[in-house]
Amino acid sequence: MADADETSKQAERNTNVGDGIAVKKQDIARAKNEGKELTKDEKQRLRKEKKQQKKNKKDDKGESEHENVPLPPSQAVVQCQSQKAPSVAPSLALTPVSVCTSEKPAKSKAEQRAERRARQEADRAAKGKKGESAQQPPSGKSKAPPNELQPVVKRLPEHVQVDDPAAVRKLAKKLERQQIPVRSEYGYKVSLFSHLHQYSRKAPLTQQISIPSTVIHPYIVRLGLQYSQGIVAGSNARSIALLHAFQKVIQDYKTPPNEELSRDLVNKLKPYISYLNQCRPLSASMGNAIKYVKKEISNIPCLCKEEEAKKQLLSCIDNYIKEKITLAATTISAYAIEKISNGDVILVYGCSSLVNHILCDAFDKKRKFSVIVVDSRPRLEGREALRRLVKKGICCTYVLISAVSYILPEVSKVFLGAHALLANGYVMSRVGTSQIALVAKAYNVPVLVCCETYKFCERVQTDSFVSNELGNQYT
Amino acid sequence: MPVTDKEVALSERIEAFLAELKRGGSGAGTLRGSGETARETTALLRRITGQAQWSSAGDLMEIIRKEGRRMMATQPSETTVGNMVRRVLKIIREEYARLRGSSEVTDQQESLHQLLTSGGLSEENFGQHFKDLRANVIEAINELLTELEATTDHIAMQALEHIHSNEVIMTIGRSRTVEAFLKDAALKRKFHVIVAECAPFCQGHEMATSLSEAGIETTVIADAAIFAVMSRVNKVIIGTQTVLANGGLRAVNGTHTLALAARHHSTPLIVCAPMFKLSPQFHNEEDTFHKFVSPHEVLPFTEGEILSKVNVYCPVFDYVPPELITLFISNIGGNAPSYTYRLMSELYHPEDHEL
Repeated sequence: MADADETSKQAERNTNVGDGIAVKKQDIARAKNEGKELTKDEKQRLRKEKKQQKKNKKDDKGESEHENVPLPPSQAVVQCQSQKAPSVAPSLALTPVSVCTSEKPAKSKAEQRAERRARQEADRAAKGKKGESAQQPPSGKSKAPPNELQPVVKRLPEHVQVDDPAAVRKLAKKLERQQIPVRSEYGYKVSLFSHLHQYSRKAPLTQQISIPSTVIHPYIVRLGLQYSQGIVAGSNARSIALLHAFQKVIQDYKTPPNEELSRDLVNKLKPYISYLNQCRPLSASMGNAIKYVKKEISNIPCLCKEEEAKKQLLSCIDNYIKEKITLAATTISAYAIEKISNGDVILVYGCSSLVNHILCDAFDKKRKFSVIVVDSRPRLEGREALRRLVKKGICCTYVLISAVSYILPEVSKVFLGAHALLANGYVMSRVGTSQIALVAKAYNVPVLVCCETYKFCERVQTDSFVSNELGNQYT
Repeated sequence: MPVTDKEVALSERIEAFLAELKRGGSGAGTLRGSGETARETTALLRRITGQAQWSSAGDLMEIIRKEGRRMMATQPSETTVGNMVRRVLKIIREEYARLRGSSEVTDQQESLHQLLTSGGLSEENFGQHFKDLRANVIEAINELLTELEATTDHIAMQALEHIHSNEVIMTIGRSRTVEAFLKDAALKRKFHVIVAECAPFCQGHEMATSLSEAGIETTVIADAAIFAVMSRVNKVIIGTQTVLANGGLRAVNGTHTLALAARHHSTPLIVCAPMFKLSPQFHNEEDTFHKFVSPHEVLPFTEGEILSKVNVYCPVFDYVPPELITLFISNIGGNAPSYTYRLMSELYHPEDHEL
């Protein structure tokens, strides 16, 4: 990203000098030929340029706020310093939320980044549509180029870049800044997973935190420990625990003087989230919950009083839990019960709170069915599901996953839970779920996956290697 | 007929062997490899041939059939016992035919012409007495024993033809044949092995330790991760307990899942099985295809309060259909699963399929 940045600045610089398209082409060609490397001199020059432009930008921003001028291509490049972020921002999928508001007097880093990106977009728009008239509304024009010319550039999540020392260093620096201990890695690593974290299980992360912790709220410390030890496990349970902990944090929060609640609280939450991520990587459901909470916090109007704001946030979180988790489970259960007929033999894998809920509901509605619980080492989570179902009075069978080929001819349906639903329709779940689905397909048994919508995520993945979480190998 | 000391000793031997079979059959006891069982069975049959009272080939075959049925009844899942009995019966028929001088060998193959004309070969009653029969049969059984001892080496010799360098090979549970196969290849090539641990007995752990002692880079995975890891695997090499008459397998549980995952990823599935594991049974013929052991490995007695309300199964074997198998590697070379019927007709006489 930074390199593209610099090449765009180079292009700018040259057009500012007054040359035409030829110079731009030269620069583009040169940048392409050199790959992404720039010499030291150029880098220095670019740095100076950047500083210069930042200064200019600050002046310009103050003058014209709501300019929505349709700019001709070449002029767009020259005047991109004054091009307003709001006209382009809505079309960019990646800009952080804070850019939407253009009435803020001071500029945050995010806005500067957005403006740089805006300039890039304009650049590329210029290169792509050189002869076109500029009478189209800028939003229309700028919406088209990102989709046609530029692929959406995503930042790779750091948890799949463990084999890149630069990424690891970046993470360490960020954690240091937030005063969170870094989790130690295990000595001998399995080469198949060298791109993923392989943590040592000797000491939990919390041992490295001093007591009392000034940076991390004690509820969050406790939550992190519960995650890392597996006391709180399962997508729904982790999300609910997280939201409850956030409620406590919000209750105990006091806005420092000269700060706004909407911005400061979000910043307060960041180290907590990094800490929880270190204890155990965040699940997709937790990620969505955090996004929601952050959005709610930043939507608090700045004139709101602290008590009111806090009450509003607490009720928002309560509503989220009620809507997305509890009521969703009831609705899904109502649909799923229609699929269960009398005399069914249902196979479930591991312990999914939603599937257990469905089965208990179906049993309450007097459906006659029996359940086969399939379990796998080393976690043996199926035993928990078995206990719950037996307590309810459902007739159960229990096998290990290696016996699933033996037992499948007797099964009429398979119910699976999900950890996340990916954007390409793939289901991410506990290891072994794909195996159950595979063998079920071989025996022509229908497989039903139950998943709440708050677990949907925009990632895509086709195999289980590229992005995963490695558990404890010594059970 | 007075019972001689020899006969007493012989029947004691047989009883001891049966007791061993019964005890060693459960999954939890000390597992004897099928090779060992085959060798011991053959040795016992040789002893019977040498020491029992018989005058003609027919008598001998009757004795062996009787003992064979007893042995098979003790441990139905141990098919090598029955296979060896059938091999010995075939040896007796061949030796008898050779001594009689007729070209019995071709007569014994069922041909369409014979089915129409002679109406079966059961007129042959093997009643003629030959002096040299005993010695010949014992010699032939000795040859069989030599062959049995060398099977693992013959299979391991073919390893380099199938494993190239920097491969990732997957296997499941513990098979001495596959162990020897991989160790032989590791002398010359570098590759990586992933072993599925095969719960609940986790024999994969022993396999992995043994392989890593030979210097092979090994990774152990849980059964649940078989499909997840399969995308990285180049070949799947497994052993089996029995090769069925249709080319299918009776293998340790979890093998069917492994085979399905391999087919899904178009990974070749290679089965290393010596010839004495080939059995003339089909998988749905008998109720004894599946064997179950104590489920306390699956759900231990410590889970007392739910134990009484739950059914728990612990099957030992899996059926793998022949469509999922790419290649059989045996001591006589590599074969496609569809060729199994030919191999069977060479090893066993059709009348011996049902002992």
